[in-house]
Amino acid sequence: MSNKVKIKVDNAHFYYGKSCALKNISMDIYENLVTAIIGPSGCGKSTFIRLFNRMNDLIPRTRFEGKIYLDGEDIYKPKVDIVDIRRRVGMVFQKPNPFPKSIFDNISYGLKVNGMKNKTAIEERVVESLKDAAIWNEVKDRLHENALGLSGGQQQRLCIARCLAVKPEVILFDEPAASLDPISTKKIEELIEKLRKKYTIVIVTHNMQQAARISQYTVFLYIGKLIEYAPTDELFTVPKNKMTEDYLRGKFG
Amino acid sequence: MLEKEVISLKKRIVEYATFVEQMIKNSIDGLMEKEKSLLKKVIKELEPKANDMEIDIEEQGTVVMARFQPKAKDLRLILMILKMNNDLERMADHAVNIAERGLFLIKKPIVKPLIDIPKTAEITIHMLKDSIDSFVKEDSRLAKSVCERDEKIDNLNNQILRELITYMFTDPSTIERSIKLIQISNNFERIADLATNICEDVIYIVEGKVIKHHRDAE
Repeated sequence: MSNKVKIKVDNAHFYYGKSCALKNISMDIYENLVTAIIGPSGCGKSTFIRLFNRMNDLIPRTRFEGKIYLDGEDIYKPKVDIVDIRRRVGMVFQKPNPFPKSIFDNISYGLKVNGMKNKTAIEERVVESLKDAAIWNEVKDRLHENALGLSGGQQQRLCIARCLAVKPEVILFDEPAASLDPISTKKIEELIEKLRKKYTIVIVTHNMQQAARISQYTVFLYIGKLIEYAPTDELFTVPKNKMTEDYLRGKFG
Repeated sequence: MLEKEVISLKKRIVEYATFVEQMIKNSIDGLMEKEKSLLKKVIKELEPKANDMEIDIEEQGTVVMARFQPKAKDLRLILMILKMNNDLERMADHAVNIAERGLFLIKKPIVKPLIDIPKTAEITIHMLKDSIDSFVKEDSRLAKSVCERDEKIDNLNNQILRELITYMFTDPSTIERSIKLIQISNNFERIADLATNICEDVIYIVEGKVIKHHRDAE
């Protein structure tokens, strides 16, 4: 796979107070591929991807050391426009979190915040985003109903549509299917496979089978350390590290 | 995702089978028409390709199992494709064996006009074709008909052996050539057995019944 490097992680350390949650991680994340991060609970998976759009900045008494480059630009350097970074690197969370507003407003909100005024353009973008998130057919006749009336799986796809609306380049998924049933999970997985053609995707999952199914690269983290990073086909058939092997075979974690 | 992989694996195994079928055809055609270049092609050019194809399919199958943990029919299908893969690679080896014997034989005067060997070859190649067809169409009736034809090949093989033994008795100078012909016949007999294996697996896929080793009769 000769895809371009989208995110470069260089010597990343992260601390909650004095405790070190991520230790010396360096790796490249490639454009238009799905990179999955697996590892037992508490290994730092979520902390790790939150570095990519500076979400950890919001947590008090934390500290980041190292460098993270998005398209070669250091996103932790002073005077970086964090709002713009978060627009370029969108995020979808474990629990669907639609705004208590209409389906339409959920999508148009980010556009308005970003200064879009033209009504037709907003409408077009809403439709396009809902279509790209594979939920358009289910909501097209009820765009002005409250989003909280949707099922969990639909709410999650709405959140994905909301993320797509502001035209991100990278989408971070933090356990996007953990609270969904198998059918909704399958829809989300198929959607991720489709989305990677346009975006760079990083997904955190404690479900290693999900990582195996949908990713091209897999990272195995354990107690804040990167143990192994390899093409998914290789990592799940011939892992090079004994710890990865043991984790995949369910011997710990 | 898994569906796509299964379709791709199915497509590749059928391509592989067609490739091996062509190898077998070339080896018998080369012998019958005394075409050295065709026989050499089987050995030098086609066999290495057949090996690569086997490895590629095996790798893809392993990755699909690791990544998707297929269940029920998907699992049976993938296991079967991997077994077919082995069987086809064995068949390719037999084609090479035939081509090697062929290279020896075409340089020498013939022991006798070849009648039963091309007949064996024709039936065997047809069995292989039908075994793949039965796999593609999941047609257990066609698969059973292939299994039934295996006996015909066994009989032909015995007949060839008996006949050549008489030649060897009467004229010991034919021994070396006769043995090569017997080996060729044996190779076809093995190919037919492997085609029968494939069909037994097809029956398992479609009907969930194991008919191998005459388990039906028990």
